[in-house]
Amino acid sequence: MTGQTILRVVSKLLLPYILLFALYVQFHGDYGPGGGFQAGVIFAAGFVLYALIYGLAAVRRLAPPRLVEVVLSIGVLIFAGTGVATMLLGGKFLEYGVLVPEHPAEGQHYGILVIEFGVGVTVAAVMIAIFSTFAGRGRA
Amino acid sequence: MIETETVTVLLLALLCLTAIAVVRMRSLWAAVMLMGIYSLLGASWMLLLDAPDVAFTEAAVGAGISTVLALATLALTTTRAKEPVHAPWLPLAVVTVTGAALVYGTIDMPRVGDPNSPANSYPHPSYVERTEEEIHIPNVVTAVLASYRGYDTLGETVVIFTAGLGVLLLLRGTRSRSPEDEAREVDGGVEPEARAGAGPGAEAAEARDVGSGEEQDRRGASSA
Repeated sequence: MTGQTILRVVSKLLLPYILLFALYVQFHGDYGPGGGFQAGVIFAAGFVLYALIYGLAAVRRLAPPRLVEVVLSIGVLIFAGTGVATMLLGGKFLEYGVLVPEHPAEGQHYGILVIEFGVGVTVAAVMIAIFSTFAGRGRA
Repeated sequence: MIETETVTVLLLALLCLTAIAVVRMRSLWAAVMLMGIYSLLGASWMLLLDAPDVAFTEAAVGAGISTVLALATLALTTTRAKEPVHAPWLPLAVVTVTGAALVYGTIDMPRVGDPNSPANSYPHPSYVERTEEEIHIPNVVTAVLASYRGYDTLGETVVIFTAGLGVLLLLRGTRSRSPEDEAREVDGGVEPEARAGAGPGAEAAEARDVGSGEEQDRRGASSA
């Protein structure tokens, strides 16, 4: 689809807004609908659109498979690591209150932001990995 | 102003129509597109039920990513469903009985928004009341997902991680064979590591793949 000027231009215009919207959904999940899962999928959708218009090789240059594989596990580590951090601070696993001892509700807020980020990172990386593996398979 | 009930009935009728169309469709491309529409209709209906978080997920995953993945799968397999080999009576009977049992099961479900339903009366005091005081965020769904039920969400994230890992392990190593591969195999030169997608062989395979992608891009550009 590399010769389609209209598709190329329109998708290039749309892409930053798709990624921005994903970040909004990610970090606004405490206030409105959304959260890490939805944000991760939307973020990955941006990459999928890029791959559909500019080819899989362009996405692989932007997000090399090795990098995606590392990022994919970092998200889970962020989530589980938050749990370990709260244990080290004297609380239970994933008891975010202890992150800000003088104000537990604020600690909850921080904890939720961090683990939602972990979810978003893992979901986005997994979706990109699955898509590029599927799409790249018929080419070799 | 249109009543919510009218819209609900309309959406559910469209859902049924789409489902029937998908079942009767022989062209798989069209079926995948209709599945995307089905998800979008489902998402709209969930929005009417005041579940924007779930609707959001359904729209992004069901209508977006699954459609793309299904299309990618079709690109590797075939785009037309085979004609059924035997008469559909037995499957039809199984589906009808299961469907009737499910409908029967909904009879004693509480009405939507019933304040006395188990979902709304347990645990007490409910998360809706506690979230404001304990977590200070307005979105109760996020509070339940990320904090009260944090273990479950960690489990779900690990499930997604595992799914990604599984796809990578299954599909990355065993790529469709190119003539070069066959030639090398005849020479007796393919090491087991290269097949499994680990070690230096995998990097070479990847490099070749990127190369062929670029090649395809060039071909696309020159043909346009």
